[in-house]
Amino acid sequence: MKRSKRFEKLDQRDVSKDGLINEWSEVGLIAMNSPQDPEPSVRVENGEVVELDGKQKKDFDMLDSFISKHALNIEKAEEVMAMDSVELAKKIVDINISREEILELSLAMTPAKIVEVVSNMNVVEMMMAVQKMRARKTPSNQCHITNLQDNPVLIAADAAEAAIRGFDEQETTVGVGRYAPFNALGLLVGSQVGRGGVITQCAVEEAVELELGMRGLTSYAETVSVYGTEDVFTDGDDTPWSKAFLASAYASRGLKMRFTSGSGSEVQMGFAEGKSMLYLETRCLYITRGAGVQGIQNGAVSCIGVASSVPSGVRSVLGENLIAMLLDLECASGNDQTFTHSRTRRTARMLMQFLPGTDFIFSGYSGVPNYDNMFAGSTHDVDDYDDYNILQRDLKVDGGLKPIKEEEAIKIRNRAAKAIQAVFAELDLPEITDKEVEAATYAHGSKDIPKRDVAQDLKAVEEMMNQGVTGLEIVKALANQGFSDTAENLLNLLKQRVCGDYLHTSAIFDEDFNCFSAVNDENDYAGPGTGYRISDQRWEEIKNVRLAKDPENIGE
Amino acid sequence: MEKTKEKKLILTELDAAEVGSSSDEVVIGIAPAFGEKLTKTIVDLDHVVVLRELMAGIEEEGLKSRVVKMYQTADVGFIGHAAAQLSGSGISIGLQSKGTALIHQKDLAPLENLELFPQAPLLDGETYRLIGKNAARYAKGETPTPVPTRNDQMARPKFQAKAAVMHIKEVKELDPEIGTGVELKVEFK
Repeated sequence: MKRSKRFEKLDQRDVSKDGLINEWSEVGLIAMNSPQDPEPSVRVENGEVVELDGKQKKDFDMLDSFISKHALNIEKAEEVMAMDSVELAKKIVDINISREEILELSLAMTPAKIVEVVSNMNVVEMMMAVQKMRARKTPSNQCHITNLQDNPVLIAADAAEAAIRGFDEQETTVGVGRYAPFNALGLLVGSQVGRGGVITQCAVEEAVELELGMRGLTSYAETVSVYGTEDVFTDGDDTPWSKAFLASAYASRGLKMRFTSGSGSEVQMGFAEGKSMLYLETRCLYITRGAGVQGIQNGAVSCIGVASSVPSGVRSVLGENLIAMLLDLECASGNDQTFTHSRTRRTARMLMQFLPGTDFIFSGYSGVPNYDNMFAGSTHDVDDYDDYNILQRDLKVDGGLKPIKEEEAIKIRNRAAKAIQAVFAELDLPEITDKEVEAATYAHGSKDIPKRDVAQDLKAVEEMMNQGVTGLEIVKALANQGFSDTAENLLNLLKQRVCGDYLHTSAIFDEDFNCFSAVNDENDYAGPGTGYRISDQRWEEIKNVRLAKDPENIGE
Repeated sequence: MEKTKEKKLILTELDAAEVGSSSDEVVIGIAPAFGEKLTKTIVDLDHVVVLRELMAGIEEEGLKSRVVKMYQTADVGFIGHAAAQLSGSGISIGLQSKGTALIHQKDLAPLENLELFPQAPLLDGETYRLIGKNAARYAKGETPTPVPTRNDQMARPKFQAKAAVMHIKEVKELDPEIGTGVELKVEFK
């Protein structure tokens, strides 16, 4: 066939490289409304749920059992389940019905019911609902800080810059598993150099991650994963109960944590039972609720490539964020994984959470170049900072970040690199040279820094862990080496696990360690002029992008 | 000029795999569809090449390799963990049909590892050989520098849907009746 030049041009577009797929509901390759999704139903007898979404108690799998015992408001369930789903959807979107009133209803819905309610909404209606239903009034943001070499100096420098750019939470992970303690250490020190109060996590194997937290090398955890079918759960050698136990282990040490779910994982792992991604994700959210965990990271997360490959996938992903909020959970709302080659698609997907605001609009904006992102790439990275800040300015939206000057970035990066150099020296870890400090200060990414002796580092990591080094040793090391501000920040951070304030839903700290959470920063959105409004001070911050010129100076 | 024809991979199932007695071996645990129902990795690299390179790497370091097909799990971490329990050296390689691999050690938690290769699209024959070599070095008690980490942030947009489809096919080959690892005779003909 003779080709159309127009279509040949289209074939060359970035979006042509994306993996789009037609629905295959038998295996669960469908975002919403699978023929195999159950009809909502509930029956309560003697204060016990004996029927849940079409299943009788004798046929409950372990998820049904857990949900029916722990995650439903049993007293109100039958009443709410009988209400019309369209009417319920209208109430959720209605600015005149408060968040509190909605929670009375939503916490009494079954998974299939809440999915049915939310499925009635288009994305605009979902965003209106998100504005009202998120737990914390003030939106915030989380970043990834990693690199290809697991280089701790670069991690420290990147963490410091990310802190002054406005991220309240920072997440690291590893290329080589055994580097985990060094990555955690670099992130911890760098973030507290940036500003006190930033909380940090190191996403690795569960037992390793718990130990890092207990030792004070991290201050929260996120990647404690739950799944929407029994087979996928047990595939990872876990149950809702084992995950709840792990959650309580963190709580017992005063550490903030959330679960992670995200649609598409069940089909990715081969056991979706032919059900839709949104329905299965919703079961995960009920498990989170039932386990008593304060929040969730969702929005497809690492399976966004699957969710976004099918129709209404990105809409469904917004839906799952909303359902989390309807269950009164903190929501770190995805936007943290590449799914497209197209700038258009990635911006559109991000706007769904950016515009209404969530507890953490990104659960992983890449605070490093994407080639260094060891979560295999996020939707936005350091090269998008100006675009993002300008979007905040264009739309007068608080996306959690603020523009910084080049001089500020250089200064803070240098200070962080020196701080981690000092800690390494004090703890007798393999030397961080001045050359490394200089390189990390001015680096774009790991291509710009000298390589370290990995085998030597890994040996030192093992020794450090065997010696029982904890966050307190880091405080002392910083203080002894003259970094008293940072030492004090870290000590204050460690004290928080005794205070317990940041165990509340959606908790973050400001630079004075004031804790803001759903408890004291309640979302009271009720339409225009209410809820979160950008303060004058914050608007000045957002407006002040480095690319904006002063009209007074033009042409003179 | 005639192109050399790639040899065929012939896997013959023997008995249920047993714990090895000698420490000069690495056990390669493979997922249930490998080499049979599925014969290429996610980037169409033939399984014969993958297995040959892994085994050659191990051999280059002077050690023996055993190949065990797991029917109880298709998870690469649990495959590697099970293989490590069977390995006389305690060192194993876990491998899925889509190509995802890791190096495991028997005292580690199932979802820990010595080295992880999570982006199958980036794995070529040369890398599999390095994986085999490093596994053998760990088995000898050495502390090799890990195989250099590679990363492609566009692998997910390109390949995740395909990975899901391949893993669905892998999982279909699980057999709870067998429910354990089966020792394989491996031939390249």
